Amino acid sequence: MKIREIQDILGAELLCGEEYLDNDVFSACCSDMMSDVLAYVKDQGLLITGLVNPQVIRTANMMDMVCVVFVRSKVPSDEIIELAKESGITVMRSNLRAFEASGLLYCAGLSKDHGDKNV
Amino acid sequence: MSDILKFHFDVDGSDFSSAGEASVLVKKKLRQLGYPADIIRKVSIAMYEGEINMVIHAGGGSADVEVHEKEIVIILTDEGPGIPDISLAMQEGYSTARDNIRVLGFGAGMGLPNMKKYTDYMDVKSEVGKGTTVTMKVFL
Repeated sequence: MKIREIQDILGAELLCGEEYLDNDVFSACCSDMMSDVLAYVKDQGLLITGLVNPQVIRTANMMDMVCVVFVRSKVPSDEIIELAKESGITVMRSNLRAFEASGLLYCAGLSKDHGDKNV
Repeated sequence: MSDILKFHFDVDGSDFSSAGEASVLVKKKLRQLGYPADIIRKVSIAMYEGEINMVIHAGGGSADVEVHEKEIVIILTDEGPGIPDISLAMQEGYSTARDNIRVLGFGAGMGLPNMKKYTDYMDVKSEVGKGTTVTMKVFL
């Protein structure tokens, strides 16, 4: 699934990383615990979270994730957006709750894991 | 590559939002040096977890990374309160982190187990009241 499609499905506002909208993401992870993301994520390219601090972007960076969606109407700070830009990570925000955002993407074909590397 | 590359970082224990900066820099350096993605990911995740731990539990410390021909060595040293029972601390889900850390997304008791999982060798030396040194190696 293209990052652009994720934005459309979630009706999300793009905050940075427009240049990566045509990159593919095959699987996703949803968590507010970065400890768990670091422990359980393998090749998921998308992180859905309601946690808002710079460690979300660093965690995504460490896990080679390419897109972060902040849900529950959370607004990431300029510092977070700058960090994402430096890391080459697309960031969006959505008014949906994590469960609904995950469900919509799952129904649209995004899974929890995929054998291929994310692009 | 026969020369040993060394990187040293002071990890600031007073600012949680900056925790992980050293790991991001190491990841960037290893990318520039052309190491495989899986090696880079193992080193950077293990170091990031260690950095977070030092900030949460020990008020900061130092991180040294040595890139040898056949292994990458990460040494994390702090002068924090120490770990009274290392085998207990190594258990998944065991954490002494307070709620103010959990709301920041950490403190699930996965740090040390995760560091062990992502590295090929890990040694933890700790003395209560004096501090902790964690040595990790990722083989190339």
